[in-house]
Amino acid sequence: MNVLCLVELDDAGVTDASLRALTFARSLASAGSPGQGGAGPVLAAVAFGPAGRVPASLLGRYGVTEAYAIEPAALDGYAPLAWARTLEGLLSVTLAGAVVAAGTDCGSEVLAHLAALTGQAMAANCIAASPAADGTLDVSRQRWAGLLIEDATLDGVPALLTVATDAVPPVPAGDLPADRRADPEVRVHEPDLDTGDLRVRAAVSAGRDGGVSLANARVVVGGGRGVGGPDGFAPLEELASLLGGVVGVSRVVTSQGWRPHTQQVGQTGTKITPELYLACGISGAIQHMAGCGSAKHIVVVNTDPSAPILSRADYAVIGDLSEVIPALVAALKERA
Amino acid sequence: MEVAVCVKRVPQVGGRIVVTPDGQDVDTRMSGFAISPHEECAVEEAVQITGRLGGTVSVLTLGPPEAADQLRDALALGAHRAVLLDDGGREWGPAGTAAAIVAEARRRAAEGPGYDLLLLGNEAADTGDYQVGVRVAHGLGWPCATGIKQLELTGDGVRARREYRGREETFEFGLPAVVTVKEGINLPRYPSLPGRLRAKRAAIEEYQPQWHPEGLRKRALRVPDQPRQQATVLGTGTDAVPALVRLLDELGVLK
Repeated sequence: MNVLCLVELDDAGVTDASLRALTFARSLASAGSPGQGGAGPVLAAVAFGPAGRVPASLLGRYGVTEAYAIEPAALDGYAPLAWARTLEGLLSVTLAGAVVAAGTDCGSEVLAHLAALTGQAMAANCIAASPAADGTLDVSRQRWAGLLIEDATLDGVPALLTVATDAVPPVPAGDLPADRRADPEVRVHEPDLDTGDLRVRAAVSAGRDGGVSLANARVVVGGGRGVGGPDGFAPLEELASLLGGVVGVSRVVTSQGWRPHTQQVGQTGTKITPELYLACGISGAIQHMAGCGSAKHIVVVNTDPSAPILSRADYAVIGDLSEVIPALVAALKERA
Repeated sequence: MEVAVCVKRVPQVGGRIVVTPDGQDVDTRMSGFAISPHEECAVEEAVQITGRLGGTVSVLTLGPPEAADQLRDALALGAHRAVLLDDGGREWGPAGTAAAIVAEARRRAAEGPGYDLLLLGNEAADTGDYQVGVRVAHGLGWPCATGIKQLELTGDGVRARREYRGREETFEFGLPAVVTVKEGINLPRYPSLPGRLRAKRAAIEEYQPQWHPEGLRKRALRVPDQPRQQATVLGTGTDAVPALVRLLDELGVLK
């Protein structure tokens, strides 16, 4: 089937979440019956920004066959309903049977609007999707932020899906046939919008889009109740800095007011997917694990050898973080 | 200001989630129930708004008769009016839920002053569909912002802020409107004893909304496989630091 995928741009190109969404979208496009005339499946990407900023080669490596840019002259910045209206307009251009976006705040919101506009169902945070014999899709999606999986039938045209990005790694397309190795042409698309579509529109503060944040950090040092208070975070911050990472916290910490909610890792905070999550003084409530379970390696520092987190971690140090972390920081500094 | 907050009764999950033998539901025999953290913050935000500007907070839920407990919890925190939309014993999806909320908003507007602001949590803790608020907004023809971490009422309407990818996004639009909020927008209060007593006696309005079929139809629920079983203990206390340094080196996180 033809699949249309919303791709978010950042200062470095295309966001990691969008590469994961493209991986999922490509898999869905390839799983359907072959297109007419022996053509391969159509994977259309749409990005909001100048055509010159759309990384056609990167998109091509992920199997994108056609790319559409919505330039600032036509639509400047983020307006969720306008973005959804634009996707709706592209359905007839791309003949897409499915629309995919990353399950980010942006992707979820835009696809929710598209669901309302088209009157179709939207399956949020899918981990898998494949066509069923009767034209519907068999989908598996996250409930409870991934602690539970729902297997469901998605019956709608177009099928609307967001991708649980912590569950789908970004994988470029394998060997592509010679005629598809060319970069996709980036076409400028003019959406048909009315003023009502722009009623809710973001004014954005200046800032670096693409810097290290909790959501994309390679290393996260976590602190929980065991840190004891706002003053106990200094060694964790130092360690994070030495490892080129950031500090994350559990819900206990934010509800006590020790650290801002922007640092919370968990179901109602941020989901992280680092190479390493070093969890200090965190017992491992499942809502917290929903936020960090996709870390490649989890190392725990805890005084309690029977804390639930130990059954969800790779390595553990049984000890007090207020002793272990400063000692670790000292050892790392000495080594350097 | 007439503010309505929509909440959902969800199980309080403990150490792990267990599915019923028929694979259709979460086994809730051992669990208590509550509303999601995002929704606690929505109730708090509504109570703060009417505390400053005057008006009424109505708390709505689509659920079983037992969901009256969650409505009374919200009343104990300062909500003034409670509405139970009876789910008829079925699991409702986002399109049906939104339609039921839209019907209640229209009914309220036909009886008197309608809602100026409809608040929801960004997503329910269990189903996590991320779309009810947006669907309600379309049904009512109102503007909608989601994932909001800061909300101000201005002379002309609302100013809603959130952080996205390291930048702050600000949305301004008029009322009436729908806003979905995230935990972190405020720190919810604890209920007072007088609040709890008043809530216990309060009347709850009940309606039977019309069922809507959904395009997304659940077949089964399952617990995903756990990739990890039990952590390898590297050592105790600071004695474990050398092993920890070696591990970090092996994992490739040391520069």
